[in-house]
Amino acid sequence: MKSRARARSYTVVGIVLTALMLFPVYWMLNVSLTPQQDMRRNPPDLLPLHPTFEGYRAVLDDQLPYLGTSLLIGLGTVALTLVLAAPAGYSLAKLRPRGAGAIGLALLIAQMIPGIVMAMGFYGIFLDLGLLNSWWGLVIADSTIAVPFGVMIFAAFMSGIPGELIAASRIDGAGTFRTFWSVVLPVSRNALVTVSLFSFLWAWSDFVFANTLDGGGDLRPITLGIYKYIGNNNQEWNAIMATAVVASVPAAVLLVLAQRYVAAGVTAGAVKDQS
Amino acid sequence: MTIARVDRPRRAPTAAGRGGADAPSLPRRYRRRSRLTALAFVTPLLAYLAAFYLYPLYRNLDLSLRDYTVRSFVAGDAPFTGWDNVQKVLDDPTFGPAMRHTMVFTFVSIAFQYAIGLALAVFFNRHFRLSTVLRALFLIPWLLPLIVSASTWSWMFNSESGVVNYFLHFFGADPVGWLTSPDWALTSVIVANIWIGIPFNLVILYSGLQNIPAELYEAAALDGAGAWQQFRRITFPLLRPVSAITLLLGLVYTLKVFDLIWIMTKGGPGDASSTLATWSYQLGFGTLLPKFGPGAAVGNILILIALVFGLAYIRVQRRQET
Repeated sequence: MKSRARARSYTVVGIVLTALMLFPVYWMLNVSLTPQQDMRRNPPDLLPLHPTFEGYRAVLDDQLPYLGTSLLIGLGTVALTLVLAAPAGYSLAKLRPRGAGAIGLALLIAQMIPGIVMAMGFYGIFLDLGLLNSWWGLVIADSTIAVPFGVMIFAAFMSGIPGELIAASRIDGAGTFRTFWSVVLPVSRNALVTVSLFSFLWAWSDFVFANTLDGGGDLRPITLGIYKYIGNNNQEWNAIMATAVVASVPAAVLLVLAQRYVAAGVTAGAVKDQS
Repeated sequence: MTIARVDRPRRAPTAAGRGGADAPSLPRRYRRRSRLTALAFVTPLLAYLAAFYLYPLYRNLDLSLRDYTVRSFVAGDAPFTGWDNVQKVLDDPTFGPAMRHTMVFTFVSIAFQYAIGLALAVFFNRHFRLSTVLRALFLIPWLLPLIVSASTWSWMFNSESGVVNYFLHFFGADPVGWLTSPDWALTSVIVANIWIGIPFNLVILYSGLQNIPAELYEAAALDGAGAWQQFRRITFPLLRPVSAITLLLGLVYTLKVFDLIWIMTKGGPGDASSTLATWSYQLGFGTLLPKFGPGAAVGNILILIALVFGLAYIRVQRRQET
């Protein structure tokens, strides 16, 4: 009996801690529903007692093109990342080309390079090539965040595929590419999901590359949409926060749909050999 | 956001040595062909790394060694000046504060993220109703786009109408100009950054705790060890390898933080919250008269610091494997 009461008190403490942690998220929702005239009220309304959707109407009016661009850039980044990372991961895990260790080390170091440094380098290159302010230039830049991570997740996952499976496909007469396409990829679904989700989320959230390389383009992502809001009309916080809520939807979807992939994918990379 | 590594893939025991491609008994012609196939699968990646990692890095290095102006940036004929930009940056009055802020930002953030993350990991390691759901909810701050977190915290820290000052008022304290006063700007961005970093520490440390055998705790409890004793004598020592990895990853990651500070304070007021990352961006893109050379030089200093911690991380991880 005593231990059950204890477990219940843990649940209560856990709920309180979670509520504290998520207060900023709640506040974002609350502010997004607050009417403009109440925005600077003192004390502020802790609950959205008079909710208004004018903030969300502003999102519909102003931000839809930005959201569309972000979707386009996100999907483009996922495609580019998968095309590059899946075969490379397979090669590093199973085909072991010469220099596999060096490639692994290079990928590891690549993940440590600060985004602003890459942004500055890309700025010069894109200026030369006339790629500034184009959405697919941003796809290339955003993919640099995800490709090294993707290769490593694929390699970690594919090295666990039993050799017998691959050998059997060989005996059936399939070449390496055929084996990769019809045997290895289908069983690597978890890795595919993890890498796709993260590369989408990172491209969707990117601000550094967007602000540097696509500041004046026709097609700008949602992060710049919010940034422009903050800069221009910093009075309409319900519109800003409503946009923030909408921009958070992919994160929420990711959390709900992919909780186990997220945990598995991340820990596979970061504390390999511990699990 | 996390650094993945698999340069030495762990093979499943059943797969060891029996993979189709690396069996030594195959005829030589076949082996050569399979080596070419292995290369073919990895070539796109190599080309990509050369074009979109090495080349931008080279461009950045080149920027830092030449005297670029807007005109010569477009024309591409800037004179080579060697270490001038680096010297200029080191002599700049902003260098000292930016370096100090970078260190304070990084180490204070990490200390709190780690301590809070560890406490939460230990807490969630006791299985209770809803523990899985609540732990999943704790991931939210980490998955939100940084611009979302940064703008939310900006409004919460607003001097006149922010909810943080309202709570302070509730407890009888005077309002603070969180983002507008030079004394508080750095603290504000650190608070927001700690909030964002807690979930990552929680996830990694929690997965480390999962690997500590429950029998150890049972034995310790039989010997009469209390909760604190168990933490000090079992949890903390056995978690040391995972802690080392978490802290080093945190260092590499926190050094790079740019979005958050830029969106909340732009490094200001004055230089009050500028770090190497925001200063580099400020020099290169923040003004009408960009100083690409010095900006790139600051970026290269940042890379050097990140690499020191990064190599330390690789060493620690290697040692744990052997």
